[in-house]
Amino acid sequence: MKTYIQPRYGYTRAADQDGATARKPVVVVGAGPVGLALAIDLGTRGIPVVVLDDDDTVSVGSRAICYAKRTLEILDRLGCADPVCERGVGWNVGKVFHRDALVFQFELVHETGHHRPGMVNLQQYHLEETLVRRAREIPGVDLRWKHKVTGVAPHGDRVDVTVETPDGPYTLACDWLVACDGARSPVRGMLGLESEGQAFRDRFLIADIHMHSDFPPERWFWFDPPFHPGQSVLLHRQADDVWRVDFQLGWDADPDEERKPERILPRLRAMLGPQARFEIEWASVYTFQCRRMKRFRQGRVLFAGDAAHLVSPFGARGANSGVQDADNLAWKLALVVDGRAGERLLDSYDDERMAAADENIAASTGSTDFITPKSAASRLFRDAVLELAKRHPFARRLVNSGRLSTPAVLRGSPLNTRDRDADFPHGDAAMEPGAPAADAPVRGDRGPWLLRYLEDGFTLLAFGPVAAADVEALARGEVPVHVVTVGEGGVDDVEGLCATRYAARPGSCFLVRPDQHVCGRWRTFDRRAVEAALAHALAREDR
Amino acid sequence: MTALNTQPNLDRPDELYARLLAAHRDLDDAQSAKVNAKLVLLLANHIGDPQVIDEAIAAAREDVVTGSTP
Repeated sequence: MKTYIQPRYGYTRAADQDGATARKPVVVVGAGPVGLALAIDLGTRGIPVVVLDDDDTVSVGSRAICYAKRTLEILDRLGCADPVCERGVGWNVGKVFHRDALVFQFELVHETGHHRPGMVNLQQYHLEETLVRRAREIPGVDLRWKHKVTGVAPHGDRVDVTVETPDGPYTLACDWLVACDGARSPVRGMLGLESEGQAFRDRFLIADIHMHSDFPPERWFWFDPPFHPGQSVLLHRQADDVWRVDFQLGWDADPDEERKPERILPRLRAMLGPQARFEIEWASVYTFQCRRMKRFRQGRVLFAGDAAHLVSPFGARGANSGVQDADNLAWKLALVVDGRAGERLLDSYDDERMAAADENIAASTGSTDFITPKSAASRLFRDAVLELAKRHPFARRLVNSGRLSTPAVLRGSPLNTRDRDADFPHGDAAMEPGAPAADAPVRGDRGPWLLRYLEDGFTLLAFGPVAAADVEALARGEVPVHVVTVGEGGVDDVEGLCATRYAARPGSCFLVRPDQHVCGRWRTFDRRAVEAALAHALAREDR
Repeated sequence: MTALNTQPNLDRPDELYARLLAAHRDLDDAQSAKVNAKLVLLLANHIGDPQVIDEAIAAAREDVVTGSTP
C-alpha cells in the first residue's frame, strides 16, 4: 500500500512462559477493535488483562471503515475518540442513486448539539493503531503478539489456554476467557461451538483506491448505475485520500479472477471516468453471512464481536456492534472479577447483546434482501420502490441501501428497573430504561459535553437538587453511585437540550450504568429506589 | 387498527375493474408486474394500518398457496 505502512509490534517473550502455569483473571483472544476496546476498558477499571494475538500487526486492508456516533462515544470513554475523529472523515449525508438519477438523500443526525458526528470513516488499521497505543499506556494491559491460542480447556473454576509462540508452547490459566477472535473464531471451533444463520449467494468486490478528488465526504450508493448495470455500487471516503468502492458482482463471479487488477481497473475507469487518476491500495472479493451463536456466554468463556455474531457489511453493524459488546461486557466482568457482583451479572451480557445481535441481523438481512434481490418478486418490488421514490416521499423510507448502525436500546434487559406507572403514565420513550444516555451541550468543569460528566461507574443524573447526605451515602456504597446534578448548582444545561433529550422535569433522575445505558428513572429523587435499582442492575437480588 | 373490509365498498365495481384492466392495456408482462407492484405499494402506504394490510396479504395468498378453489 502507498498510503500506509503496517506496524510490526514484534514477538515479546512473557515471564509466564517460564515456570509454573500462571493464573490470570481475564485473557482476551484477538487484538482487533473488539479485543482491544475490551482490554482498555478492563485495564482502566484496574483489572489486569492479557491479550493474545496470533499476529503482530493491525488489520491488513481497510476492512471495517465506518464508526457510528455511539462507537465514538464509547471510544471517548476509552480515551481514543479524538485521534479517530481527527484522522477520520466525519460525514452525515448519504445519497442514493437509481440508474443515473439521485433518488433521495438522508442525514444520520438531524439536529445540532452533539459532540460526535453521525459517522466517521477510518480504515480499521488506523483505529487499531490508536487502540494499541492507548492499551500500551495502561499498566494492567499485557499485549502479547505472536501468541497463538491452540487449545482451550474449560474447567469449573478456570479455563486453561494453550499458547503457541516462536519460543514454543506454554499454558495459561484464567478465570475468564473472552474470544474476540473474529468471524472464523478458532476458540469457538476448539470448543466445538457453532455460529448459525444464513449465507447470501452474492459476491462483492471491495477496492480501496488512492485518489485526489473533491467529491464531498458523503456515502453514495447506486442501484443499477450505467457504469455497473444490474448491480449495486457503494462509495465511501476514508482518511489519507483513500476511497472505498464496493461493487456487487453476483454469485457467478469468479473471486480469483475478480481480484486481479486487470479486472478491477476497467470497473473503476467506467465509474470514475477516463481522466481520473488513482491507484489501487487493496482489494478483496467477499461473500457474506448473517449468523450468531446460541449463547455468547459459555460458562467461563465469553464471545464478542464477529466471533459471536456476523452481519453483512451494509449498515456498518459489524465493528460497531462489536465495540458495543466490549462496552457492555467490560464493567460487568470487572465487577465480577473484583468480587463486587456475582457471575450472574455476566448472563445479562448474553441477554442484552443477543437482543442487539438479533436487531442487527434483522436490519442487515432486510438490507441484503433489498440490495441483492434473490427472486423475481423481490426484484420487482425493489425496482418499484426505487422508481416510486423519485417522486413520492413515502417510498424513500422503503429504500434500503443499509440501515446504518444505531445503538441498541436494551429494552428487555433484566438489569432495567421498570418505570413506576405513576411517574411515566404514557411510557415516554425518551431515555427509557435501556436507552444509551444522550449527549448534549453543557457548561462545567469537565468541558462542554454532558457524557464527559458520567463516571466510569454508576452515575445518577439528577435534574434537581439532591441532599448532601444522600449524595454521600450513594458515593459510599460498595458499588458507588456518583450524583451529577444538571441545572442549578451543577452542570449548566446551556441550551436546554439536556432537559429536552431526557424529557426531564425538575426533580427527574436517571440512573446510568458504567456503559452509559440508563437502567432506571424517576420523577423525584428517592434514595431507596436508586439503591434498589442499583442492586437490580448488578443482578444482585433474586429474580 | 381495523379489520379488512371485504364487504362491497365500491359504488361502481364494474368501473374499477375496467380501470384496472385499462392500466395494463398496452403493457407487456414485465411492465404489468411493475405497475401492480407500484399499485400495491401506493395503496398499502395510503391504508397504513398494518392489520388491514396483513389481512389483505393473507386473503390474497389464500387460494393461491393452497391451490384450492372455493
